[in-house]
Amino acid sequence: MRPIATTRSAAGVPTGRLAVWWVVASEIVIFGGLLASYIMQRLAHDEWAEQAAVTDWRIGGFNTLVLLSSSLSAVLGHQAAERGDGKRAAKMLYITCLGAIVFICVKAFEWSMEISHGYTLQSNTFWSFYYTAAGIHALHVIAGAIIMLIVAADAKKNLELHRVELIGIYWHFVDIVWIFLFPLLYIAK
Amino acid sequence: MSDHAEAHHDDSHYWKVYFILLALLVVSIIGPLLEIRAVTLITAFGVALVKAFLVAKNFMHLNVEKQYVVYLMATMLVFMLLFFAGAAPDVMKWEGDNWVKPFVAQESHVEHH
Repeated sequence: MRPIATTRSAAGVPTGRLAVWWVVASEIVIFGGLLASYIMQRLAHDEWAEQAAVTDWRIGGFNTLVLLSSSLSAVLGHQAAERGDGKRAAKMLYITCLGAIVFICVKAFEWSMEISHGYTLQSNTFWSFYYTAAGIHALHVIAGAIIMLIVAADAKKNLELHRVELIGIYWHFVDIVWIFLFPLLYIAK
Repeated sequence: MSDHAEAHHDDSHYWKVYFILLALLVVSIIGPLLEIRAVTLITAFGVALVKAFLVAKNFMHLNVEKQYVVYLMATMLVFMLLFFAGAAPDVMKWEGDNWVKPFVAQESHVEHH
């Protein structure tokens, strides 16, 4: 018996996809609230510029490149799934996962450097925001990568190919969040 | 498969969007290096909006999704703006006609040193 998310279409959108849009909607509130709080605090505290100058735009820029590239492989996977080519869809999802791993490794290296220089979660409010925003985003990257591996394992056998699109929508949203985090945390000094 | 029939493009379309995104990434990095406030705002944050739009439209296929899904996303963004509008005056101002926030000034003083 196939799951209801596969077979039912509520309000003109397949239930599974509608559920992902609801997830994205709730995520907009989570990240939106966090980023809005950061922006108003940043505008109220000019002295944060000294702290923001410590973050390395080269690392942030490289991670942006990695996430944009992984978004490309995710959408190419979706297109392959639309054509019924499960093997290529799985391959594209594995490439996307590779992007997630590179992103997390770079972030781990970056955080190690910053923490070793004494910039920790409790250093001041700027660093509290920095680690909270980037940390919650990194958790979303890890969760997305795990789900993608599960979807890819099925896609390889040409099963549940519609899920390739669903994880893709989530992944592109994670990419969009980073698109805003990058200038806020690395560029605006 | 999905009812996103209109969203089917040749893979080259996605590569094209990808290269545009990369070009915008370069702009968002180089612009702020000029250290001119207006240029930074446009190249870093203006370009971020364009990049997000391109990803939502071309990769998430929001342009061919049911209209109410677009409204759902827009509503969440409006909530964010409402939150900002409601909280910003309190967060960003340290004193008003009949009130002050001495504890904020104290915290800022501590952060400075």
